[in-house]
Amino acid sequence: MIPYIFKRLLSLLISLCLASIVIFTVVEVAPGDPAAFMLGINAQDDTILALRKELGLDQGKFARYLAWVGGMLSGDFGLSYTYRSPIADMVGERLWVSLPLALYALGLSILIALPTGLYAAAQRGKRGDAMVMGATQLGIAIPNFWFAMILVVVFAIKLRWFSAGGFAGWDDGLFSGLKSLTLPAIALALPQAAILSRVMRSALIETLGEDYIRTARAKGLSKRATLWHHALRNALIPVLTIIGLQFSFLMAGAIIIEQVFFLPGLGRLVFQAITQRDLIVVESVVMLLVFAVIMVNFLVDLAYAAVDPRLRSEA
Amino acid sequence: MKLRGSFLIGLLLSAAIASTALLSFIWVPYDVTVLSIGEKLQGASQAHWLGTDHFGRDLLSMIMVGARTSLAVALVAVGIGIGLGVPLGLAASARQGGWLDELIMRSNDLIFAFPSLVIAILITALFGASAVNAIIAIGIFNIPVFARVTRGGALSLWQREFILAARVCGKSTGRIAIEHILPNLNNLLIVQGTIQFSLGILAEAGLSYVGLGAQPPTPSWGRMLADAQTMVSFAPHLALVPGSAIILSVIGLNLMGDGLRDVLDPKLREAAR
Amino acid sequence: MSLLNVQDLTLTLYGASILKQLNFTLEPGEILALTGESGSGKSMTALSLLQLLPDAAELSGNITLDGTNLLRLTEPQLCAQRGGIMGMVFQEPMSALNPVQTIGAQVAEALRLDPKTNAAAAQNRAGAILGRVGLAPEHVPPSRYPHELSGGQRQRVVIALAIARQPKLLIADEPTTALDVTTQAQILALLKRLVREDDMGLIMITHDLAVVADMADRIAVMHRGEIVEQAATSKILKASTHPYTQKLLQAASHMARQPGAEHSRKPLLEVANVQRSYPAKRPWPWIKPPRNIAVKNVSFSLQTGDRMGLVGESGCGKSSLTRAILGLDPVEKGTITLNGKPVWGASSTIRRDLQVVFQDPYGSFNPRHKVAKLIQEAFHLYERPPLREDQEQRTCDVMRAVGLNPDDRGRYIHEFSGGQRQRIAIARALITRPKLVIFDEAVSALDVSVRAQILDLIADLAEQYGLSYLFISHDLSVVRSITDTCMVMKEGEIVEQGSTAFILNTPTHPYTQQLLSAAPKLPKISIGA
Repeated sequence: MIPYIFKRLLSLLISLCLASIVIFTVVEVAPGDPAAFMLGINAQDDTILALRKELGLDQGKFARYLAWVGGMLSGDFGLSYTYRSPIADMVGERLWVSLPLALYALGLSILIALPTGLYAAAQRGKRGDAMVMGATQLGIAIPNFWFAMILVVVFAIKLRWFSAGGFAGWDDGLFSGLKSLTLPAIALALPQAAILSRVMRSALIETLGEDYIRTARAKGLSKRATLWHHALRNALIPVLTIIGLQFSFLMAGAIIIEQVFFLPGLGRLVFQAITQRDLIVVESVVMLLVFAVIMVNFLVDLAYAAVDPRLRSEA
Repeated sequence: MKLRGSFLIGLLLSAAIASTALLSFIWVPYDVTVLSIGEKLQGASQAHWLGTDHFGRDLLSMIMVGARTSLAVALVAVGIGIGLGVPLGLAASARQGGWLDELIMRSNDLIFAFPSLVIAILITALFGASAVNAIIAIGIFNIPVFARVTRGGALSLWQREFILAARVCGKSTGRIAIEHILPNLNNLLIVQGTIQFSLGILAEAGLSYVGLGAQPPTPSWGRMLADAQTMVSFAPHLALVPGSAIILSVIGLNLMGDGLRDVLDPKLREAAR
Repeated sequence: MSLLNVQDLTLTLYGASILKQLNFTLEPGEILALTGESGSGKSMTALSLLQLLPDAAELSGNITLDGTNLLRLTEPQLCAQRGGIMGMVFQEPMSALNPVQTIGAQVAEALRLDPKTNAAAAQNRAGAILGRVGLAPEHVPPSRYPHELSGGQRQRVVIALAIARQPKLLIADEPTTALDVTTQAQILALLKRLVREDDMGLIMITHDLAVVADMADRIAVMHRGEIVEQAATSKILKASTHPYTQKLLQAASHMARQPGAEHSRKPLLEVANVQRSYPAKRPWPWIKPPRNIAVKNVSFSLQTGDRMGLVGESGCGKSSLTRAILGLDPVEKGTITLNGKPVWGASSTIRRDLQVVFQDPYGSFNPRHKVAKLIQEAFHLYERPPLREDQEQRTCDVMRAVGLNPDDRGRYIHEFSGGQRQRIAIARALITRPKLVIFDEAVSALDVSVRAQILDLIADLAEQYGLSYLFISHDLSVVRSITDTCMVMKEGEIVEQGSTAFILNTPTHPYTQQLLSAAPKLPKISIGA
């Protein structure tokens, strides 16, 4: 077990390292002179020089990279070029909107998908299966932001169960915060749930064709008991892979959905930064997003070990 | 060869969307670059089959021209994925566990950590937003998808005895990859291709929606949805029309992909066993 | 009253008639063998008894087990019968156990299905049951997972699951086909012991007539869904009445007609001090992994005209050695030369003289190529490949030589049977008129009657084409019938080599003796009038 965790941890650190190098290279090295880029074509030479000094661009690339990483590790993400305020503060607040939204959506997606996938597999070939397949076929095709708009019209404007936008903040308590995130989370979750449901179904169907299922039936277990005690746990293994992959799509989706609900998350921040050419902010936000995705995949790897004993004894 | 009903529906839908896009090069009901404020926000009528938008532009024409963008972006992105991903996957599978394999798999995992939206953010921050950049962003993300699928399919084939027989006949790895491995992966790649194509349409819509895709005046379905957002409560057709276009295209492609999988697989399975 | 009484059992699946009016009985403590070739319906019979057929199956007739008619029971009642009154052991031990549950838990689950046993009692008894099948808790604790066990050990667990509640009937469907000869002997002994101890009836399904001769009290021979002959073992072996049974028995003890061997003293294949090893998994990334030595200091010389066999069980290093001989992998130490030139990185001229026929008639061919293209694969080895007409001519010639119709060369491989595919494989190997052919378990996947034909074909072609060959097999009877010298391999080393007749009749090395005593023997049969 320990060697496995160690290897995964090593993998995590290498990925983070590589990702940070890629981001740094693309943002600070590739465009040539980031300062000139940020200031635009009409900038004066001395303004560019001043900015270069301010950003520390006169130092070597390697030193800058280390300074950047070191800064991030200690919580300092530098100053936003546009607002001249610490990025860490701006990002901190917003992260606590985008990240919970993505996690909320992940939870909902799993909650919806696993039972429906199970049901479809158990009812394979019958009407229940066809219904689930039809519903998921539709669900996969729906763009989440479009669905969000429809939800807003129906539940916020017509029915008035939820507010049409804005974020109530966490200060009033967990519940009110979650309430403002509910419609967005549902919009995000449903298309992903459709995909996950299909994956669950096909993983179960494939597992049900394995030899050890036949052994279980020959022992005297009913079809139902076999499904629950033998097939399910084995089918989770491919499902876990997809859940890990899904989180990256959910983070991306969260950023898009924020536009529909006017949520003060990372999305608005980074899109504004793009139009304002504030590369420092873009760099930090992208790093954070990638960090979240890699962390979640690491947790999924750990979950694998919990489910599959073959991974634990890698001796 | 019995064709399933859903496969036919998928085929028809996909063909309909594709021909709409192609048709738009020759003829559209109304010119989408002409604004006609006097006709704004009309519902479906005989003059305008799908209604008009807030600038008076005919929605049907917008959909037709927008189809071009969606299909072109998704198609080229799949092309990039296959063109670069398949050779990488083949190369990785040829020496499983070797340094090339490790390198390619690590790079794949790295790219997977960057959803195409994030890649698009990085690219557009530096080079500005455009359809081409959307293609690149989605295409880059397609590369590890195809690499992984190709590698998975090829790995099981490399172990098969007919590959050993070819090697005993002195054929080089590269020649075997092209002559034996690749033809047997066709089915896998076709099916994955249709899946990635439909995902590409969704991704392009998302990018256009947040302004990172094709820029106005080029119509795109995602952009239409962004414009529709503020007016959706009193003019729902502005959102429903492009939304339905996206949904129908994706469903059509997915059904076609599912059907292709069934049509192509049994022959191969029958042939192999 | 018999323990099991099957009357007029008929099975139709998707419109095809699978079993036709089967009739047989079984007494407690009796071992009945259901034997036949692939497709005869043996496994379907077993699944019918357990009622584990696909939903589309239509079953009619009577299956009376211990007084209960199984065809009249509901599914929940059948679940009670399975495991309780009847148990089943399947063929593939490697995939028959749930990989994420411990073996103890799987046995305890079987025990818990008895309504009188609670969870705690089941847990306690699981260890005892595993001990009964030879997995003593001190050596193989119930907390082990299936992937930590060998094939033989896993099969013991499967048997434990089947007999946990001491059923009256045990059905074993090819339980030892996937196992080594020595492991097979142990498992068969275990089954015999359990039958004796629990007074169970055992239905043994196997295509291996030697196993049948060894184990069964009675035999029922199946062919195309019908039982063509059924009687006591001794009677069938000595005086069978049905032509199909006689054909099977003849094929099983068939000895290919070996032509007079022309041994020149000229060495063709020289293997000298060859070693190959593989790195084991490394637990920590910085630790250099230890190496598993697969082939240790192997040397032998195969001369022109030799028909040499290589015998060994799985894991002995045969495949590593074979791949090295074929020039597919390099060796760490030692040399392998063909006609004096090394086989690793060999030029086309050398490769032309060395060809191979593999085991799997299904996986040996690219499913997308036509037969002609498959056979012509080796033409790649000529600097100037022969002209089109010449290629076609040679393809037709070689197809005729292996007993196939040249007109079929435009077909795809999936249109041919297993035996025909092996003929195509032989044709592919012969098209360049090689001097040496390696047969790698070439008949192991074939039915016994087809096997006899292919062995005859090989013997004929060897004479016609002047072939020398190395025949690799785990099956001693095949080696006996087709080779005149052989080598025995164990754990990477050649432990004995010499003339086949000498080694297989009077082995000197203890391992060879062990192999021979473990292999079940088909007694000399005489064909009835």
